[in-house]
Amino acid sequence: MTAVAAGQEAEDRVAVASNWRLVWWRFRRHHLAMASAGLLILLYLVVLFPSFFSTQDPERTDARQAFIPVQSIHLLADGALSPWVPAIVGKRNPTTLRMEWTTDPKKRVPIRFFGAGPEWKLFGLVRTKLHLVVPADPTQRIFLLGSDRLGRDQWSRIMHGTQTSMTVGLVAVALSVILGVVLGGISGYVGGKTDQVIQRIIELLQSVPTIPIWLALSAALPRDWTPIQVFFAITVILSLVGWTTLGREVRGRFLALREEDFVLAARLAGCSRMRIILRHMVPTFVSHIIATSSLAIPVMIINETSLSFLGLGIRPPAISWGVLLQEAQNIQTLALAPWLLIPGLVVIVSVLAFNLVGDGLRDAADPYSH
Amino acid sequence: MTDSLLEVRGLQKFFPITRGFFQSVVGHVRAVDGVDFTLKEGETLGLVGESGCGKTTASRCILRAIDPTGGQILYRMRSGKVVDLATLPQGELLPLRAEIQMIFQDPFGSLNPRMTLLDNVGEPLLVNGMKNRRERADRVAELLRLVGLRPEFMHRFPHAFSGGQRQRIGIARALATNPRLVVADEPVSALDVSIQAQVLNLLLELQQRLKLTFLFVAHDLSVVRHISDRIAVMYVGQLVELAPTAEIFRQPQHPYTAALMRAVPIADPRVRKDDGILGGEVPSPAAPPSGCYFHPRCRHATARCRAEAPELREVAPGHFSRCHFAGEMTF
Amino acid sequence: MTEPLLSVRDLRVSFQMDEGLVRAVDGTSFDIMPGQVLGVVGESGCGKSVTMRAILQLVEKPGRITDGTICFRRRNGADTVDLARLPPRGAEMRDIRGAEIALIPQEPMAAFSPVHTVGDQIAEAILLHGHRWKEGGRKLRRAEARDITVGLFRDVGISMPEQRIDAYSWQLSGGLRQRAMIAMALSCKPRLLIADEPTTAIDVTTQAQVLALLRDLQARYDTAIIFITHDLGVIAQMASYVVVMYLGRVMEEGPVDEIFHAPKHPYTKALLRSIPSLYGETRVALPVIAGALPHPFNRPPGCPFHPRCPDAMARCSAAVPSLQPVAANQLASCFLHHDVAEPA
Ligand SMILES: Nc1ncnc2c1ncn2[C@@H]1O[C@H](COP(=O)(O)OP(=O)(O)OP(=O)(O)O)[C@@H](O)[C@H]1O
Ligand SMILES: Nc1ncnc2c1ncn2[C@@H]1O[C@H](COP(=O)(O)OP(=O)(O)OP(=O)(O)O)[C@@H](O)[C@H]1O
Ligand code: SF4
Ligand code: SF4
Ligand SMILES: [Mg+2]
Ligand SMILES: [Mg+2]
Repeated sequence: MTAVAAGQEAEDRVAVASNWRLVWWRFRRHHLAMASAGLLILLYLVVLFPSFFSTQDPERTDARQAFIPVQSIHLLADGALSPWVPAIVGKRNPTTLRMEWTTDPKKRVPIRFFGAGPEWKLFGLVRTKLHLVVPADPTQRIFLLGSDRLGRDQWSRIMHGTQTSMTVGLVAVALSVILGVVLGGISGYVGGKTDQVIQRIIELLQSVPTIPIWLALSAALPRDWTPIQVFFAITVILSLVGWTTLGREVRGRFLALREEDFVLAARLAGCSRMRIILRHMVPTFVSHIIATSSLAIPVMIINETSLSFLGLGIRPPAISWGVLLQEAQNIQTLALAPWLLIPGLVVIVSVLAFNLVGDGLRDAADPYSH
Repeated sequence: MTDSLLEVRGLQKFFPITRGFFQSVVGHVRAVDGVDFTLKEGETLGLVGESGCGKTTASRCILRAIDPTGGQILYRMRSGKVVDLATLPQGELLPLRAEIQMIFQDPFGSLNPRMTLLDNVGEPLLVNGMKNRRERADRVAELLRLVGLRPEFMHRFPHAFSGGQRQRIGIARALATNPRLVVADEPVSALDVSIQAQVLNLLLELQQRLKLTFLFVAHDLSVVRHISDRIAVMYVGQLVELAPTAEIFRQPQHPYTAALMRAVPIADPRVRKDDGILGGEVPSPAAPPSGCYFHPRCRHATARCRAEAPELREVAPGHFSRCHFAGEMTF
Repeated sequence: MTEPLLSVRDLRVSFQMDEGLVRAVDGTSFDIMPGQVLGVVGESGCGKSVTMRAILQLVEKPGRITDGTICFRRRNGADTVDLARLPPRGAEMRDIRGAEIALIPQEPMAAFSPVHTVGDQIAEAILLHGHRWKEGGRKLRRAEARDITVGLFRDVGISMPEQRIDAYSWQLSGGLRQRAMIAMALSCKPRLLIADEPTTAIDVTTQAQVLALLRDLQARYDTAIIFITHDLGVIAQMASYVVVMYLGRVMEEGPVDEIFHAPKHPYTKALLRSIPSLYGETRVALPVIAGALPHPFNRPPGCPFHPRCPDAMARCSAAVPSLQPVAANQLASCFLHHDVAEPA
């Protein structure tokens, strides 16, 4: 094939490429965003199947196994593939009378990938015992990220906390998007008095400092609500405050699009109002909305984490990243068990990943910009 | 109205100027304030004037993309019935949408970037009742061939085309419903010199083949002269002169038209001229001058011009001018 | 024979994009004499603006000058400097930019900051190059700079200059903004003024005013002007010497009368034929240049014009014709008139 023919073929491929394909081609060029997207997919797998990724029940306590340090996975034993973690040996400190644990690489606890462990239900329906990693001997416990003051396995707790925190983020943003698109859309398309009213509401919401509002709203939640109820209440509170930015953006897009020639062309062709909005206006900014939302998710996650950390958001026994970090509030525990800060690391990494993906998407969202 | 396709009488469009928190109206931009002309079937009327004189506003009133403030826009439908587009309720406009179409200036903004050519050009067909996709594809192929594009292109997206090609696509879309009147708002202004001629030729050819009537809006006098049978000149929202092309160029009957013609740079270094350059600036349509709007810039202005607003009157058969001294002196 | 003020030789500028290499300027050569008005004409994307930005070393990333020389004769002496070799941010380049070569950019709206008055911005430039206005190197005072600005505004025909210098750029009409831009460019008394499509966005009547102003200033100060446009009418009215560009290369150059009355290159001829005039026959098909401008990533091999050229020969797609003398003062790059190809 000649160079000219190859060039022609590439041109033809671009010519019939839809908007989404162009967005994808441009997104693909951001390597960091691509890597972050991979990480996020992994995180959402955890959200779907936290029990599969856990090694044990996140609620299982054992006061005799408190503050066990990280047991890291080793794949090779004596040159052969046979995964294991070092065993834990405990010694009581003679002055504080506390148990102090260390790992002993000489004693090995064999582990198995995709082995059977405690039973769980796939989507609450199908019973299964499959886990990503379990100790070969089901009577033993392993602590891949150490244990907390009640002897609960931090690894498994992070897996379940991921489910809560990421879901709050996603659902809160989804609610914000719905509110933002509907109210912003009405504001931008109808204009006039309606627009004025909605704009004033947005300004009002944006001018009230957010932290006190959340504090007030969450303090107002009845103490006797179940964790599920609290969870939904928190999501709704987050999105009630969070929709304003998106509402503004959507309104701006509507106002700009109303003046676009192709929208006028659709009107002159005889399209109905509804058809103009749904077929001509909305599709041109979905990619922007997706980009904006993916930048809003990390904000929601941080908000949830902070609220829960302050004890005002999701409350134990429910698990979230904020709840986990609450455990790390005490300086003494930190000195004794620094691994309890790992949930903070998880928050940072996932927030970074969301931001990188969001930035990549925002760059790619308008493939016609150049 | 006798045999004309379109008759515009005393067209007005005012935009409110609002101020303050409660958006109270403190004045009006008189974007169009007195436009009268007729269009015969099959002819091209060129509408020229400086930026901001209301050309786009006037043409959008005729398309009813915006609602005029006053005046009449009488249109003779294919059925022979005469309707007033200025006051027709939105609901009754739909059958007229197919008969009156528009070609846009910006070849990049006027096509939906998310839709293929088939959907872009086929949209007017679809909303006018051609639900069958095969049928639509056949018609789109025919239209693309008509404007000089390959029918295979119909599955491509607008981003694959150059400015000139996109303008052809826009023309194909405008022709989809077999319109009778086409309003072209600066259809070649955004195009390159070598592409401009191609599109002008296409428009002329299509007009002859399809018996189209054009309202051709532009600011380039040489382009307007090339394509129009008659020319209407606007200044600050008003029509100041209207005449057949040859006539208006032979003897302009309004000082503004004459100044506009003198300002056109001639593509011949042997014809260099520096005299008679129009000084000053276009007044704001929110606060036009007293009397004749042109008097602050007019070199023939008298006390009468400052006090008394001239009417648009016929100074020779088919030659209208809004100047007190039209027909009495050469400008 | 006078020496050229600026001499561009075989200039090449390319942009390394993700999609490929855009050779925006691909071997451009021309001279400009002191006090001359050089018209550069060409269709959109042919590299007019990039060439001018290259002269001022203002090509933005990912663009790069890859080859060629830009020899400029400094004010003080007979020696020339090669601007293409100067560091873009160096002291010498900064001194030349603004002080000896001024640019009226294509978008006047973007050229002024919206948060300072136009008067302040021009006074700032005057203070920066104060020694041009005061003998003996004495520092200029702010009030003096303001007076000079008022004088410049009066020079470029802005009425009520004392009030207008306190306006912001967005408060000025298109014509006034363009005049203010010219005042800004003149503030440092340049010897070479580059006007990049200064009248494209404004009305014919205002255009006529601005063109008259530029002609008048040129005669008064004897400034050399490079005037860029795609409007052949404007070129005919303004230029004394014309360079016709297509896809980053010079197709033809010569005195304005020769270009309009004895064009040699098929592109120039076709371009002149395809514009509607105020005298020709109306409502007839215009002779056109077939085809479209190629995409910047898809430059044709050989003569850049060959896919659209009515006279193309076999050789035209194989070799690039170089710019050679074809008449007394005229040069063209076309194999119809000579057979010297660019070295491969
Ligand atoms: N929606 C609007 N609201 C307020 N003023 C408007 C609006 N649309 C146009 N105008 C004003 O009406 C006047 C006429 O505008 P219009 O766009 O019709 O001019 P035009 O002749 O088409 O100019 P151009 O050559 O720049 O396209 C201008 O002064 C403009 O500022
Ligand atoms: N910043 C940039 N990045 C990438 N490519 C560029 C950039 N600037 C210019 N180009 C490319 O360089 C080529 C020449 O551009 P240039 O702006 O010089 O054209 P021009 O002749 O001034 O056109 P116009 O009449 O539209 O102003 C174009 O093909 C353009 O795509
Ligand atoms: S009426 Fe008077 S001011 Fe108006 S155009 Fe005629 S001569 Fe000039
Ligand atoms: S070199 Fe060949 S293709 Fe190029 S302009 Fe001359 S004849 Fe035409
Ligand atoms: Mg307009
Ligand atoms: Mg340019």
